[in-house]
Amino acid sequence: MTLDTLPPLTRAEITSVDWDTLAPDEAKRLRALGIDVGARVAIAHRGIFLGKDPIAIMIGRMTVALRRVHAQAMTVKEV
Amino acid sequence: MSTLRTAALVGNPNAGKSALFNALTGARQKIANYPGVTVERKSGRMVLPSGEPVELVDLPGSYSLDPSSPDEEVTRRVVMGEFEGEATPDLFVIVVDAANLEQHLVFAQELIGLGKSTIIALNMVDLAERDGLVIDPAALSDALGVPVVPTVAVRKRGLEPLAEAMEGAGSQDMSARHQVARLTLPERRLSARNIAKGAIITESAAHQLHAKLDKVLLHPWLGPVILFGLLFVIFQAVFAWADPFIGLIEGGIEAAIGFVEATMAEGFVRDLITQGLLTGVGSVVVFLPQIVILFAFILAMEQSGYMARAAFIMDRLMAYVGLSGRSFIPLLSSFACAIPGIMATRSIADPKDRLTTILIAPLMTCSARLPVYAVIIGAFIPATTVGPGIGLQGLVLFGLYLFGIVGAMLAALVLRRTVTKGEASGFIMEMPRYQWPPLRDLAIGLWQRAWVFLRRAGTIIFMATVVLWLLLSFPKAEPGESQVDASFAGQIADGLHVVMEPIGFNREISLALVPAMAAREVAVSALATTYAVDADDEDAQAEGLIPRLQAGWSLPTALAFLAWFVFAPQCLSTIAVARRETNGWKWPLVMVGYLFGLAYIFAGITYWTATALGL
Repeated sequence: MTLDTLPPLTRAEITSVDWDTLAPDEAKRLRALGIDVGARVAIAHRGIFLGKDPIAIMIGRMTVALRRVHAQAMTVKEV
Repeated sequence: MSTLRTAALVGNPNAGKSALFNALTGARQKIANYPGVTVERKSGRMVLPSGEPVELVDLPGSYSLDPSSPDEEVTRRVVMGEFEGEATPDLFVIVVDAANLEQHLVFAQELIGLGKSTIIALNMVDLAERDGLVIDPAALSDALGVPVVPTVAVRKRGLEPLAEAMEGAGSQDMSARHQVARLTLPERRLSARNIAKGAIITESAAHQLHAKLDKVLLHPWLGPVILFGLLFVIFQAVFAWADPFIGLIEGGIEAAIGFVEATMAEGFVRDLITQGLLTGVGSVVVFLPQIVILFAFILAMEQSGYMARAAFIMDRLMAYVGLSGRSFIPLLSSFACAIPGIMATRSIADPKDRLTTILIAPLMTCSARLPVYAVIIGAFIPATTVGPGIGLQGLVLFGLYLFGIVGAMLAALVLRRTVTKGEASGFIMEMPRYQWPPLRDLAIGLWQRAWVFLRRAGTIIFMATVVLWLLLSFPKAEPGESQVDASFAGQIADGLHVVMEPIGFNREISLALVPAMAAREVAVSALATTYAVDADDEDAQAEGLIPRLQAGWSLPTALAFLAWFVFAPQCLSTIAVARRETNGWKWPLVMVGYLFGLAYIFAGITYWTATALGL
């Protein structure tokens, strides 16, 4: 399952990230925010109006906004 | 022990660094740029308990020493001592958010590993406690090997212990530091998590306030409605709340003119002061209240943490035109002034994205256009209400802002498919926790903005007004001839007027557009000066600008003038800052070219349509 399909407020662990599909600078920024393999995350908010973008995830005590393309590159398993 | 001369505040974004900086330095701040780059350098003086002064620098927030934006690059170079012309700080004060230790200790450890004198300000401990988190500073200090001082910058708590710790930081034991220095990022993250865990005394599952607020403010339907409602309120407030203050300033200027006329002998100098200085500069200073109100809202949105939510909500819309929510913050700042707006684009990592944002920033209605809009709306739009609490004038103003926004979005769409073609950029952004905007920080921010505006009024606008007045006053008219017709300025305007006449601009407007290159709001003072010089007698001169506009302009002309100013490319400072930020003349020329083209076309369309409708 990829992060973008995770139901809201369900806690999950990132098991792998397909970094090659992301722009190098964006990959760097995601890693700097701690969004990497082993991180525990949950989706807090998804989309504006009927869209599915952007996504706000909770990681630790932070809320981070990102796009669906980023979430699609991350495989997660529920914990 | 060496003396402590310079200290730097460094840490993650949203750690409350700026609030701590304000609390430590008060109003004694200097804002400049780092040499060679346009990243804002904030420094100030603080006094240690021993009485020794220290220069404190507030470095841009960073997530690591591996930079991913121009801002972070500056932090890295200063911290590493690689910035030419910038002293390497003797001491780092690492600011960490007590409620987000696990994340903030990652960068903190990287900094500690550099082996310099370091102390940690464990900031926002009150917000952490509100979220049910109690932290033991001593345990944290033991684990990290550096002094830790709990602070609440916005309430000025912990400042004295922090200053004492800074003073005593010269004699630190560096023996354990090299171990930290060798850690890789995943190792640092793991150790950060363990250190944070070890320092937390209690952690209750208390519902975090910001999660509840986000439920409403980031709601897919409610969120955008609230944001647009807020923006609407802001623009209504800019008009309604400022009125009494504007009246006061106007009264003061009139009194000053009266005083000068009563005490000085008639002649060149008196005319220069009354017609040039007081009428010209005064007509711009009058808009200070509106600018202060607009900035107050923008600063409050930033400091409360709502601005990042606004970026989240706007991301979807911005994505349609190939931008991201990150562009929203520079664009919203551009409503106050395009210069800080263009400078704020440095937080946008993607170069094409950043360039597009720079090119469309001048389309956001800056506060310099507010004086122009306000005068024309005041003269030509009746002050009636169209609904409960909704004035027609405010509505027209809102419409003009909206026109600029739609224009900017369309421009971005076209630019992203032509000159700044490239892959669509992403959007990654930390959402800070909510807090009440600290009044003190709000006041300092407002004061700095108001001062910049007044300084412009006192220099650029003053110069432009005086030069225009001289051009208008000489050569002197023959008896029976109008002074404006005879003057140098009149002759220049005659030439320009040939180009501007098709879109409904009269000669006075053509004339006003020339000095308005210096700053857009000069258009108002230029009109005021032109009509003041042209007035045949004292009575007509004492009359305000608005009745003269009503008498001299048709409604289509006024509307065309408004449309012109939606695009209004004429602002030398904006062009200069765009040149600096894009490292060349190419992009500023593209910007000026497309804006002039759009301004001419839309002013024309407005004039022809309004005329055809018989307005």
